Amino acid sequence: MIELKNLRQNYGSRTVVDVDALTLPEGGLTSIIGPNGAGKSSLLGMIAGLQRPTRGQVILDGQDILRMPRNRFARRLAVLRQDNSINARLTVRDLVGFGRYPHSRGRLNACDVRHIAHAIKLVALEEYQHSFLDEMSGGQRQRAFIAMVLAQNTEYALFDEPLNSLDIKHAVGIMQLLRRAVDQHGKTAIVVLHDLNFAARHSDRIIAMRDGKIIADGKPENVITTDVLSKIYDMKLNVLKQQNKQIVDVFGK
Amino acid sequence: MTGSIAADEPGLRAMPVWQPVLALALLALLAVASLLVGSGGIGLSALLNDPASAKLFLVSRLPRTLALLLAGTASAITGLIMQRLVQNRFVEPSTMGTVDAACLGLLLGVIFLPDAAPLTRMAMAAVASWLGTVLFLLVLRAMPRRNALMPPLLGIAYGGVIGAISAFIAWQTGLMQALGAWTTADFSIVLSGRYELLYVAAGVTALAWFAADRFTLAGLGDDIASSVGLNPRRVLALGVSIVAVTAGSIVVTVGFIPFLGLIVPNLVSRRVGDNLRTALPMVAWLGATVTLACDILGRLVFYPFELPIGATMGVLGAAVFLFLLLKRHPR
Repeated sequence: MIELKNLRQNYGSRTVVDVDALTLPEGGLTSIIGPNGAGKSSLLGMIAGLQRPTRGQVILDGQDILRMPRNRFARRLAVLRQDNSINARLTVRDLVGFGRYPHSRGRLNACDVRHIAHAIKLVALEEYQHSFLDEMSGGQRQRAFIAMVLAQNTEYALFDEPLNSLDIKHAVGIMQLLRRAVDQHGKTAIVVLHDLNFAARHSDRIIAMRDGKIIADGKPENVITTDVLSKIYDMKLNVLKQQNKQIVDVFGK
Repeated sequence: MTGSIAADEPGLRAMPVWQPVLALALLALLAVASLLVGSGGIGLSALLNDPASAKLFLVSRLPRTLALLLAGTASAITGLIMQRLVQNRFVEPSTMGTVDAACLGLLLGVIFLPDAAPLTRMAMAAVASWLGTVLFLLVLRAMPRRNALMPPLLGIAYGGVIGAISAFIAWQTGLMQALGAWTTADFSIVLSGRYELLYVAAGVTALAWFAADRFTLAGLGDDIASSVGLNPRRVLALGVSIVAVTAGSIVVTVGFIPFLGLIVPNLVSRRVGDNLRTALPMVAWLGATVTLACDILGRLVFYPFELPIGATMGVLGAAVFLFLLLKRHPR
């Protein structure tokens, strides 16, 4: 279980995240939605221990994550950040292999190799596994980074806009993949999403943010409503129902 | 994506066995040539029968060849490490103040501790180059990073400032000639007893093999490195230490070889990528090979006179560097 206590992040005098309390229990797919600059990425960065909060704590199973040995933490929680422009010429396999680093410390055993091959298969990059990332399309590169997180095989996996530059088929594929990881393997996925329909369809819980604060938090049917959405986006969005799921008419009025 | 295009793996990893064998054979051939070529020609029979030839061989040729191998390998590897750690293809110890700082440290050592043992001098050069490199990295962190050419340009300017300080001190103390020798590699001065510190450089760069994954990961950025449990600052400190000690020992013994740390890792990267596990052996090999070839060329062009390796490497390096600049990868 991850608990956030009085978590706050300031950039200069501007407060970008201000969350009094939030509990993320094990299991389930939680989406974080909100407009640009709502503090979603900063929140995710703090939960992943990649940026230090100005104030407050992130607690994983009773322990402040900043006090945990980094390597042990990396065996429990993996993160995909939003901006993954790397300057190195690596093959897909090299990159995904580094997802095993917390377990192998660089010496890959048969089990690591199985995890790597499986992760590459899950994102359908088998035929490109020996290609260099800098010679691939943006969507293929994004899938390689997702595979790296999957190979890390942690209880918690955080994704910041994982559907960036994916075509519709692969976007749906990735969300179904996360759904399966949650349903069949008991993983916990926390995903920042911009596409409200993807969030509504695949999440167990949705957290809506604006100006660093949590505006709404609950089941998709309670968060994906015209009322809540107009509060966070300043825009009236029609919500339709289809097969008992919310569909947002994203064209507004 | 599901269509089963026969899993015909592009032959990147499946390097045929004959390639490393051929590579090592070429290196061995160059090493033998380096042992035999010079103003005092040594034939194989003379080596066995003539004591003067044998002495020349043991005191000069053999140390020179070993020094070329050690310095070539170590310089190329330091270039590779810095390029990963700074995440920039165009930096190497001579384009980021490391070498200039080492020279300044050595100069101060000569002035204040004139009787110091070579190992002490090397240590002073290494400490100064460590400080100089760290200061450069701090300056670089404070800069916006838009253009790939900014770090090397900044580094060259920064190195120039340190070099100017050194030149001023050297001029005041009559050490201009010594300063010149440290910054331009010349292997004709290598004699037995005057190059052995290079084994320190070789030993330290060999450490890079054990930290190869850490350097590759650090080269993917702080976020990715720490998300798999690495402390990027510690990796940076390790890398800078390896580079500083290496630069120190090379400057003390033979002088720094220009361009080598820049062109060798870039050429290797184009072929096998930047995963240090794969690239490191090739960088070591190519570094040694290019250094030997350039030195032998320098001995032959105006035979029986010699061109220092700085000159031959400068010409070759500049050409390869231009090629690399013009044929950059899109990203």
